[in-house]
Amino acid sequence: MGTVSDIKLIDEKGLRIDGRSPEELRPIKIETDVLNRADGSALIEWGGNKIIAAVYGPREAYPKHNQDINKAVVKARYNMEAYSVDERKRPGPDRRSMEISKVISEALESAIMVEQFPRAQIDIFIEVMQADAGTRIAGLTAAAVAVASAGIPMRDLVTGCTAGKVDGHIVLDLCKEEDNFGQADLPIAVLPKSGKVVLMQMDGDMSVEEFDQATGMVMNAIKRINQIQRDALKNKFETSTGEVGE
Amino acid sequence: MMKVREIVLPGDQIDLQGAKARYGLYKCGEGQFCSEYFGVLQKSEQFVDVVPFNGAYMPRRGDKVIGKVIEIGPSMWITDISAPYTSLLHINDVPWRTNAGDLKRYINTGDYIYAKVLSINEINESWLTLKDVGLRKLEGGTIVSIPSPKVPRIIGKGGTMVNMIKDETGTRIVVGQNGLIWIDGPPENVMLAISAIEIVKNEAHTIGLTDRIAEYLKSKKGEISGNSK
Repeated sequence: MGTVSDIKLIDEKGLRIDGRSPEELRPIKIETDVLNRADGSALIEWGGNKIIAAVYGPREAYPKHNQDINKAVVKARYNMEAYSVDERKRPGPDRRSMEISKVISEALESAIMVEQFPRAQIDIFIEVMQADAGTRIAGLTAAAVAVASAGIPMRDLVTGCTAGKVDGHIVLDLCKEEDNFGQADLPIAVLPKSGKVVLMQMDGDMSVEEFDQATGMVMNAIKRINQIQRDALKNKFETSTGEVGE
Repeated sequence: MMKVREIVLPGDQIDLQGAKARYGLYKCGEGQFCSEYFGVLQKSEQFVDVVPFNGAYMPRRGDKVIGKVIEIGPSMWITDISAPYTSLLHINDVPWRTNAGDLKRYINTGDYIYAKVLSINEINESWLTLKDVGLRKLEGGTIVSIPSPKVPRIIGKGGTMVNMIKDETGTRIVVGQNGLIWIDGPPENVMLAISAIEIVKNEAHTIGLTDRIAEYLKSKKGEISGNSK
């Protein structure tokens, strides 16, 4: 963020470096139940991002001192593969991925009905196989689909999107170049039915007006992304039966 | 195309049409109910339920379940009933006179039991019992597992589905409420029963399943007898 460069991120026509208009999303594809051993799983391809999310549980929380007598513990682990970025990422948890794991856990915990499973733990593994900006939000969006397909009771799905400031313009869903050389990045995740915000972070700076414009853009995009999540879950059951049927 | 029941997702508002919300719904506003699960909507005149496609078994008092003994304590067997929590079987709740410390002689680790949930408390600790008719240690046989929300489809209305699979394949079947199914019989018959259960599992959300399974089993049986001639 904020790295100075002379790359022109927005051209004279107002189009972005990858040819998108300011309020255009990158293509998103979600597939559910990609892993047999997990209770629920999802693969998301969001622009250049390729992320797999796997859900295990609820199961008894171990070690025992981690158990909560009132509710289940939601433990998400965001992990970037060594080969997911241009330059090899040193494997293992680091400050960034631990922070992202924490905010994703908290976002999902507000959607999952944790009070139904005292002493239990719900594990969510988010593996970033290819990163291209906006991985925390893409990972969370996939994780919400995986949790739903695991049959865990939820108040709502969780849907996220980013907005940012690039060359002085507010744009939706930053790509890698815009993220690296732009002025601000604002990932937001909400419960789409109620519009409650469950994750919001900001890197860089924006004025209040720009912030309002960015959040407005995200809220509009959430509806489209939520529809993709819903279709991904439903398709499995509506098409798979069509083949066997007649 | 097969007829599919209405699919709902978490957070979807459900129109109750005067019926009462029962399972899988939560209050999401004044007089409004939303789905908790990704599953199918089941409406009757009195009640509306959301039946999830997947999910862990939650023990309820009186359920008959199949459990696997995973550990033996001085006076308890600790069993895995494929729920988020393990369940305990105390020596006072088995029909034999056992002495503490001698539990292995009756049920060893790795054995399966068909037991009833005796009690469950508010932090989901549960206890099993073997003291009731039909409850026993399951000797031999094969265990298959399905998601527990699909158990009612395996059993069918008044047991029609499971009885048909039993009769058509000539196997002995015990279905636990927790989604574990014990099948015993000649190996090829067991394989046939497993394949039928697999179909029920994959198509649990469709309508007219019992008839399709009947047809499937008839055609498979025809194939087997046709090949042997």
